[in-house]
Amino acid sequence: MWLDPSNPQLNRNGELHHLLSLEGLPASILWQILDTAKSFAGVTEREVKKVPLLRGKAVFNLFFEPSTRTRTTFEIAAKRLSADVINLAINISSQTKGETVLDTVANLAAMQADMFVVRHGASGAPYLIAKHVAPEIHVINAGDGRHAHPTQGLLDMFTIRHYKHDFSGLRVAIIGDILHSRVARSHINALTTLGCPEIRVIAPKTLLPSNAESLGVHVYHDMRQGLKDVDVVMALRLQNERMQGALLASAQEFFKYYGLTEEKLELAKPDAIVLHPGPMNRGVEIDSSVADGRQSVIMPQVTFGIAIRMAVMSILAGN
Amino acid sequence: MKIHIRGGRLIDPKNGIDRVQDVYIAAGKIAAIGEPPKGYTANRTIDATHLVVCPGLVDLAARLREPGFEYMATLESEMDAAIAGGVTSLACPPDTDPPLDEPGLVEMLKFRAKTLNRARVYPIGALTQGLQGARLTEMAELHDSGCVAFSQADAPLTDHQVLFLAMQYASTFGFSVWLRPQDPALARDGVAHDGQVATRLGLPPIPVCAETVALSIILLLARETGVRLHLCRISSAQGLDMIRRAKADGLPVTCDIAIHHAHLSEMDIGYFDPNCRVMPPFRSERDREALRRALADGTVDAVCSDHTPVDEDAKQLPFSEAEPGVTGLELLLPLSLKWASEEGVPLSTALSRITFDAARVLDIDAGHLSPGCAADVCIFDPAAYWKVTQAALKSQGKNTPYLGYEVPGRVTHTIIDGQIVYEASAQRSAIAAQRESC
Repeated sequence: MWLDPSNPQLNRNGELHHLLSLEGLPASILWQILDTAKSFAGVTEREVKKVPLLRGKAVFNLFFEPSTRTRTTFEIAAKRLSADVINLAINISSQTKGETVLDTVANLAAMQADMFVVRHGASGAPYLIAKHVAPEIHVINAGDGRHAHPTQGLLDMFTIRHYKHDFSGLRVAIIGDILHSRVARSHINALTTLGCPEIRVIAPKTLLPSNAESLGVHVYHDMRQGLKDVDVVMALRLQNERMQGALLASAQEFFKYYGLTEEKLELAKPDAIVLHPGPMNRGVEIDSSVADGRQSVIMPQVTFGIAIRMAVMSILAGN
Repeated sequence: MKIHIRGGRLIDPKNGIDRVQDVYIAAGKIAAIGEPPKGYTANRTIDATHLVVCPGLVDLAARLREPGFEYMATLESEMDAAIAGGVTSLACPPDTDPPLDEPGLVEMLKFRAKTLNRARVYPIGALTQGLQGARLTEMAELHDSGCVAFSQADAPLTDHQVLFLAMQYASTFGFSVWLRPQDPALARDGVAHDGQVATRLGLPPIPVCAETVALSIILLLARETGVRLHLCRISSAQGLDMIRRAKADGLPVTCDIAIHHAHLSEMDIGYFDPNCRVMPPFRSERDREALRRALADGTVDAVCSDHTPVDEDAKQLPFSEAEPGVTGLELLLPLSLKWASEEGVPLSTALSRITFDAARVLDIDAGHLSPGCAADVCIFDPAAYWKVTQAALKSQGKNTPYLGYEVPGRVTHTIIDGQIVYEASAQRSAIAAQRESC
């Protein structure tokens, strides 16, 4: 077994072999990724935007769940590293034909894949894949169920670091659907590891997991209290389907009490930045004036996403 | 066949025996304990020195997967697993395909089991037709064909009136109703205990109230109808408290837990181990401790394997998509011994929970070694540890979180009706020999 049994993301030398979750990764690896991404951020601004680090390698984007933004940024990142990229959207119908996730992956591995970028609707699916691929193949989690979205978490850390330079004095608030959010879990894991002293989550009880405090966060149900004096505000996407059931009364009521408006943002520090993982529901979790306002760093987030994914892929390929 | 079991530590909880004593078997029955009957000459003597001799195990829940799920396991493979685990009587839940809701199906199962000539099979009949929760089954007919109780298995029964009437009808005939308390709406889409681990891993949760809400309804209706009630696979400390109170109030209620719930908690899910996907889910450490204590103090009447062989294809899936269940027939004894030694519970108490106490829940004459009763005996080496591997398990289901672990208690002989049906020391069981001769 070439992987560390206590942490299946790491090899026996403690280096990153797969990127499955930010939980359990040492701060040194997170800093390594953030530093590497910084060096790539320059590449993306050059005339010739390619480096040959992954030349001859095949990266398979394996999306069991639809995605535009994440898949595209992974594709751009891989291409800028000179890799060959194969995009596969595995819709539900091919799964109902009886082929299991592992069958699909085994078939693709036989096509000489070097790296799998996996998105799946079930929490933990990338772990299953990572456990069964050949030792030379790397797996990157591009979002699994409610569990983790590590590259999104990292690019948001990159964004925060870019604007705030340091995590040690920060107060960060995450607002919205924490319960179903893989992004929020990755944020919390990364912020905790990088030394952020105060993480707040703000949501109605129906959108919080039952043991939210056990993640190391302070729980708020009132935006006015939760946003007070924070340095970073992270709004989460509220999936449309959440509005159908009994989790919420209506989008309007959610916006009134938990939507990020200019008025509520005034409670945060004057230099607070606003992040959103996209795609946004304007007028539901965030008001347009905030999304497009001076404190918003939502567009830079997208750009940084490419550098982060380049960093992750190049580090994995090097280990 | 006359078998003399010599020099073993005889533990027969019902009769309060725990001492080195010989057992004499003749004509399929226990002929005598201690001294041989007059003129007794054994055809076979088993040297049980340093071994424990106890009643054959009685398992309250073993899915044999027939009919309908033969790709998961067959009656033959699972009956082999039963006798290798020292289990001589087992109850099988009705969640086969089709469910055990017609006398013909039950008779077929009984017949198939009987021709295999291994463990005794006690079918639990479906409480409602097709386990659909709408129309009652012909319980009296099913009883005549061999069903010992009636259950919904893991299928939901949302209509309280149907449940109320089913209990009334069953109690008319004195039949016992077995229910696993879980409110289907509160457990909807859930795959793991609503606790720290589900929160961390982002797994859809099943709150404890899914168990307690269902329990309160079931207990109220049982009180109303006076039905004999058995509650299956209790998973939470709060659930146990409710049962403790119901028992104190004199309600005719018994309950069981699955043996793996006495050992494992949500923490064991680790990195999404699909072998820890079970129903009900492994709950918190606190719940696990409560289950262990309740098994010792008798609040939990019996412990079962909840044996559910699942084929690899159905397990090697993302956690929430993996089929729930663990294989358990061969681990019921070892894990019960492990629990007893860790808790400092006397061996005879532990064995009682998987023999006589279980037989009492089933209301069958088994689980003891009184002279004159059928000679169903399990002989095991309590000091021998064995490694749980895919090859070591006779069950077709290799799905257990214990793969790779060493567990105590190796069964050396299993005797049913005075016939040695399993013998470990001879390298091959009598069944294997019988099969070869066919």
